[in-house]
Amino acid sequence: MSTMTFGRAINAGMRRAMENDPKVILMGEDIGKLGGVFRITEGLQKDFGEHRVLDTPLAESAIMGTAVGMAYRGYRPVVEIQFDGFIYPAFDQIVCQVAKLHYRTQGAVKMPITIRVPFGGGIGSPEHHSESPEAYFTHTSGLRVVSVSNPQDAYTMIQQAIASDDPVLYFEPKRRYHVKGEVDESIELSASSMEDAHVVTEGNEVTLVTYGPLVPTARDAAIAASDDGISVEVIDLRSLAPIDFATIEASVRKTGRLVITHEAAQSGGLGAEIAASITERCFNYLEHAPVRVTGFDIPYPYSKLEFHHLPDLDRILDGVDRVMGRTNSLSGLER
Amino acid sequence: MPLNVTASAGEDTLIQLLTPSGVRRTSGDYDRWVADVDGPALQALYEDMVVVRRIDAEATALQRQGELALWPPLLGQEAAQIGSGRALREDDFVFSSYRENAVAYCRGVDFTDILRVWRGNASSGWDPFAINMATPQVIIGAQTLHATGYAMGIQNDGADSVAVTYFGDGATSQGDVNEALVFAASYQAPVIFFCQNNHWAISEPVGLQAHVPIANRAPGFGIPSVRVDGNDVLACLAVTRAALDRARTGGGPSFIEAVTYRMGPHTTADDPTKYRDANELEDWAAKDPISRLSVLLDSLGLLTTEFTESVAATANDVAAKLRAGCIEMREPEPMDVFKHVYSSPNSWLDRQQENYGRYLASFDSQSQDASGSATEGSH
Repeated sequence: MSTMTFGRAINAGMRRAMENDPKVILMGEDIGKLGGVFRITEGLQKDFGEHRVLDTPLAESAIMGTAVGMAYRGYRPVVEIQFDGFIYPAFDQIVCQVAKLHYRTQGAVKMPITIRVPFGGGIGSPEHHSESPEAYFTHTSGLRVVSVSNPQDAYTMIQQAIASDDPVLYFEPKRRYHVKGEVDESIELSASSMEDAHVVTEGNEVTLVTYGPLVPTARDAAIAASDDGISVEVIDLRSLAPIDFATIEASVRKTGRLVITHEAAQSGGLGAEIAASITERCFNYLEHAPVRVTGFDIPYPYSKLEFHHLPDLDRILDGVDRVMGRTNSLSGLER
Repeated sequence: MPLNVTASAGEDTLIQLLTPSGVRRTSGDYDRWVADVDGPALQALYEDMVVVRRIDAEATALQRQGELALWPPLLGQEAAQIGSGRALREDDFVFSSYRENAVAYCRGVDFTDILRVWRGNASSGWDPFAINMATPQVIIGAQTLHATGYAMGIQNDGADSVAVTYFGDGATSQGDVNEALVFAASYQAPVIFFCQNNHWAISEPVGLQAHVPIANRAPGFGIPSVRVDGNDVLACLAVTRAALDRARTGGGPSFIEAVTYRMGPHTTADDPTKYRDANELEDWAAKDPISRLSVLLDSLGLLTTEFTESVAATANDVAAKLRAGCIEMREPEPMDVFKHVYSSPNSWLDRQQENYGRYLASFDSQSQDASGSATEGSH
């Protein structure tokens, strides 16, 4: 066990993957000498060389498209997209090529590409630096999508993502990069699956589902709720595509109530998918309609207003009150 | 403003070893690249072009007869594809668009495999690693990046293979092609950009894509380029060999603009009479790649009746096999729709697959019920 920051844990995981497999290469803007704008790849080019850690020209579609070519050649590229809002030039290559080549070629061509995306808000940045674009990708067949919430998962799941023969989008909550935690570096990758959701706080009255940056917030909300006499079970999804519905379902059968929270906009988001799927699977166990506590359906706002957009502890608790039928901000209204 | 003047003009600047009237001419540095092409080699190039034209005609007929949903003809572009395709080594790797059927032929594809996509029986026809050619790319220009990345991989491996990417004049307007040129130059990757300027991107003339000859763009990226007569199989062979040699010996990327003409429609769903002049077609018919080589062969005494009859028999045999292979193609099974989305189990998809399997099976049990009650009713 060692204590390390979230960002350091990703770095350590990539280092280990590179040591274990010479076909693992890193590609991205500013990831070499600088170590990335968030320093997640710090020291890797120095230790593994410029042919394994490629500083690329500033063209996201080309980074992704050349990663596809590298994968054809037998490499396992790990691509860094500098910020969530910069991924869109690469969208075509991700959706039309990375996601579909295995299907298109009837399994002949594998795309073991990991796409690392620092995502989410809360760091006071201008536009395009704080987005949560995960639903675009969870809606695309052929991709696996994960989001990590703590240093241990960051360390383990980056290696599992790199080891996956399917392409994986790996969403990193950038506002948590400096959070420290215990990391067991001796962990066997095969001992866990990156597709399993984890119950991070046990409870029996409300199931609170979240992922990535809001996991610590949700845990805090569960503690606050328990002070108020409400028992909240918090589930960290970890995998966003596919979602481990069995774990959520088991929890909801126990609690009868479901709250989903994410930073991304509400409409057409993951919360909608989870609410619909859980309602389909265990409608008879629900005591209340599922409740979503999410970012609004707005472009990511300027930073002085971002904490009005981002769900926080109090908004999550308001959602818990709603699903419990207790007095809440919308009491008396049907919406 | 006439749109297709500048980008298609300048025929005098083209590398050409065989004139439209079938006269062998010299062209500076390029003659040495085809010095080994003797009579039998010329005959082989001729046969290749006749056979791929025959495949093209047969596939077009299959589409008209309802056996294929669509077909993108290469009529007129045989020299560009055969000349370049025959220059490649087995360990080179091709990333093409959907019109490079003659390149696939050079790579040794099973002809029937070319048709799978167009019959709707599969999303692609062959295993790319079996013939070192990716299956056709439909997103315009996207494959140029794949070739560049593959070439970067070759470089990392310390190999002397080359990645070759084929695309059209329309693709040169895409960001991906321009980004591929940037990356190829930055890393000095062993990749050849083979642009077939066939003058038309569906209905849009090349002048809408480019106001200077397309080949002139590459030097701006730091990539040497050449404009070649795309209907001259010898010249296409020569310039491709030169570019391959450069790439193999650490000289980095090259750009080839093969100036040719799409004699047919964009695909069988297109009607070019709506947008192009019949005179233009006539002008290009006079520059036909096969006719000019037959004139040369004849002048060398190599176009014997025995030879032409043998070529025709081969072409007809290939066409017959193509037709039979098309019609006898295995139909996909309904549950194949779920196959190969992922390389390992996926809980979402597995559930949908299981449910759909049950749904389909419910028809079997219904028909069994129906036949069961009919039996009872007969008592």
